[in-house]
Amino acid sequence: PLYMDVQATSPLDPRVLDCMLPYLINYYGNPHSRTHAYGWESESAMERARQQVSSLIGADPREIVFTSGATESNNLAIKGVARFYKSRKKHIITTQTEHKCVLDSCRSLEAEDFRVTYLPVKRNGLIDLKELEEAMQPDTSLVSIMTVNNEIGVKQPVSEIGQICNSRKVYFHTDAAQAVGKIPMNVNDMKIDLMSISGHKIYGPKGVGAVYVRRRPRAQKGGLRSGTVPTPLAVGLGAACEVAQREMEYDHKRISLLAERLITKIMTEIPDVVMNGDPEQRYPGCINLSFSYVEGESLLMALKDVALSSGSACTSASLEPSYVLRAIGTDEDLAHSSIRFGISRFTTEEEVDYTVQKCIQHVKRLREMSPLWEMVQDGIDLKSIKWTQH
Amino acid sequence: MAASNRAQVLRLYRDLLLKSQDFTAYNYRRYAIRRIRDAFRENKHVKDSSEIQSLVNKAKTNLEMIHRQVTIGHLYSTQKLVVESPEEQ
Repeated sequence: PLYMDVQATSPLDPRVLDCMLPYLINYYGNPHSRTHAYGWESESAMERARQQVSSLIGADPREIVFTSGATESNNLAIKGVARFYKSRKKHIITTQTEHKCVLDSCRSLEAEDFRVTYLPVKRNGLIDLKELEEAMQPDTSLVSIMTVNNEIGVKQPVSEIGQICNSRKVYFHTDAAQAVGKIPMNVNDMKIDLMSISGHKIYGPKGVGAVYVRRRPRAQKGGLRSGTVPTPLAVGLGAACEVAQREMEYDHKRISLLAERLITKIMTEIPDVVMNGDPEQRYPGCINLSFSYVEGESLLMALKDVALSSGSACTSASLEPSYVLRAIGTDEDLAHSSIRFGISRFTTEEEVDYTVQKCIQHVKRLREMSPLWEMVQDGIDLKSIKWTQH
Repeated sequence: MAASNRAQVLRLYRDLLLKSQDFTAYNYRRYAIRRIRDAFRENKHVKDSSEIQSLVNKAKTNLEMIHRQVTIGHLYSTQKLVVESPEEQ
């Protein structure tokens, strides 16, 4: 099937695989072996990768720690900062639309006697900066707000958030897994203290990520993570970052055009389609559309030649509608009717056109079958209906 | 630029495109061809000879990389996508 689910994971860029292979074949040394060329080679590759990652986000290489992925990075950053300061500071702020691992980390901290404020978001998916300021307390140690949302693609005002946190001496962590390498990120300009990076969201390998931890002021003392750094994976992450830095403008321009094409074609052909999330403050490659009077799962099944999802991969197994859509105030039935379209560096016009054509065809077909759609066509206001039990 | 330079660049361009046609993976194939065309088009007006040389070197490295990745793709190929048609060949 056509791959239109790039937010779930991305294909490896051939350039990245090409950089990794030597370290999976002949250069298999442990980067921590100090006494021979295998180790030295491996260590130098790892340090080169560290440099590539740091360069993409405007950091110093010493501020990059390799992890097994953004989930681990999020856990490290949030629990790390919270626990380090817990003697004096017990309050954390995050949002209702964060990735599950961030919310789970916060919940587990609540069990350790921390207080967490889950900021609501506006209908467009963005947080209210005023509310953030008001939520801050004298004992707030950390604010964690993701840069680009993986379900609806909205881009939070991270520079402004960084500014606020900096002025109140509160650490600012951002889960930038969907943003790094796609939009310009600079930890100094944006006053970011901690950042989570994921390899497999930027055409790199799965199983590796990184966490950026600002050195000044020190967010954490000493060694952050033990264990052998998997050189091939680190090399892959580094290569992916370098390619992303080079290709960012080209990719962004192209993905914006394709996104425009997809949205325009769908919206002009069929009525009652809602785009979830702010139309301007977003990353163009993540489009979440709700098709009224159509059941999301049925539409997904109908689009069998296209790999799509109706929410984030980590919650797609449950029957509940996405909590992100609920947080932006989407109606229950619209939440069940939403599909996420992911456009990547490798997506072609033909794939977009095919997806659009099939989507339009099946939405029309499913609506024809829907008694609700029939009632709407007859001018009945669905909200006025009194449903009875049989 | 000098005639030999021009010939070399054109040869590289052709070789890069030809090699990219051999990617078995649709998305890699289309990306490579598109990216190569756009990159050469973008650099069409570069006059500085050392910059040209550096770009030529990059192109050669990329050609070698494409060659390796195309080969790997052949070893691990899969079925065609629904949008792939005979006219692409």
